[in-house]
Amino acid sequence: MSEGLSGLPLYVPPKPRSLLEPHRLLLMAVFAGIILCAILFMRWDWLPTYGPRLLYGVWQTLVMLFWTASIGFLLAVPIGLVQVTGPRPLAWLARIFCTIIRGTPLLLQLWLLYYGLGSVFAQYPELRSSFLWPTLRQAWPYGFTALMISFAAYEGEVMRGAFAGVPRGELEAARAFGMSRWTAFRRIWLPRALHRALPTLAGETVLQLKSTPLVATITVIDVYAVISKVRQDTYLTYEPLLLLALIYLCLTAVLVVVFRYLESRIPTREA
Amino acid sequence: MSGNLHLLSLTPPGWGGVLLAGLFASLQLAVGGYLLGLVIGIGGAFGKLYGGPILRDLLEVYTTVIRAVPELVLILLLYYAGTDLINQLLALVGSPSVDISGLAAGIFVIGVVQGAYATEVLRGAIRAIPSGQVEAARAYGMSAVLALRRVTLPAMLPYAIPGLANLWMIATKDTALLAVVGFSELTLATRQAAGSTKAYMTFYLAAGVLYLMVTLVSNVIIALIERRARRGMPQTV
Repeated sequence: MSEGLSGLPLYVPPKPRSLLEPHRLLLMAVFAGIILCAILFMRWDWLPTYGPRLLYGVWQTLVMLFWTASIGFLLAVPIGLVQVTGPRPLAWLARIFCTIIRGTPLLLQLWLLYYGLGSVFAQYPELRSSFLWPTLRQAWPYGFTALMISFAAYEGEVMRGAFAGVPRGELEAARAFGMSRWTAFRRIWLPRALHRALPTLAGETVLQLKSTPLVATITVIDVYAVISKVRQDTYLTYEPLLLLALIYLCLTAVLVVVFRYLESRIPTREA
Repeated sequence: MSGNLHLLSLTPPGWGGVLLAGLFASLQLAVGGYLLGLVIGIGGAFGKLYGGPILRDLLEVYTTVIRAVPELVLILLLYYAGTDLINQLLALVGSPSVDISGLAAGIFVIGVVQGAYATEVLRGAIRAIPSGQVEAARAYGMSAVLALRRVTLPAMLPYAIPGLANLWMIATKDTALLAVVGFSELTLATRQAAGSTKAYMTFYLAAGVLYLMVTLVSNVIIALIERRARRGMPQTV
């Protein structure tokens, strides 16, 4: 019964969007032209010299992203959980932590840790002579900590919403089946909350990727720092930055694809 | 550390005045960039919803690229490219090159970045308006601009405010990134003060408190605006 009174179909589904529409072909040709011009008329002779270092920088960025996001996420689960179900003082502490970290710029937190905490540490001779000092003297522990704390705070807020959003009936059913609180948490509450948080987690991870270049301001070597070195050595302004933008575009695309795959692995009833 | 509090006094031996001037510069940047972003966002949202196929695709490229590349990289690119471009245009018409103020360049950069996010927020909000409302406005003979001003913009406000509030928070924090290109806003002022007095902890904590105050005051104001925009909407939870 898809015919209307006048013989016209009642509903015409919109044509699926295709990459091969004429205006898109035109736009792609224009973009290809721009890229070709960029390749031909800009200076890229520094690429072979800095290629290996660039790859190393990309690797460092990815390592930083992976570990700060993983450990930050492990911290975010209890931060979110105590805000939903924890005792009042712990919930308040978690809230204050999230508000402070989310209310100040990451760059400031980074510099506070590196310059501020670093200068405080340097005042203690016991610490300077301890086995920790060779590590604490470097920049990466501070960059790592700042990024991890930031991810924990933003993701903690997301997990709070995800834990609160799991229907009560499911938890009550788990209890009614005789699961202990811990089993119910492990088997029902956490997986359901993770499922709900996954799309937001993808967005937060992309944001975290975009925060990683900040650690270059405290002398940690990542892909951004390598590009800065190129800019200092060659006096080029645009070419290295354009390449950097392209690298981050690709990394973001990879992240998005990975998370889409993860989401598709979770069975849903609608599917 | 508590012995360093005199360093925060407002008069010259203390650096409090410098910090407050930095805070003022940060707020100028945030407000300017946010407003520019809103204008770009309104244009972008309408372009995406009602524009032709080419305009839509170009806007899609704009929002995708801006949202996928770190703000720090965009700020460097746009800061140099923006000032360069204006000077080259001036050279084309034959006038001497000008020094573009850091503030104008900074507002431009933050505005372009915010514009991409605002486009997506506003597009979603406009789509959330029941379509009958806009159709009714057109049926009453309002022109497209009048319908936009009287119906679409006010009606989308309750849907847009949470996203726009988030963007304002991001704008205030993104101003800190301009410290990297040497614009003397709060974070860079703090770094200079800390560097010359060696009281790193004191100054960074003080700056953190200032940023936090901006956030908390903004939260209160946003809650008021949201309550006003949602009047007449059905109560939720």
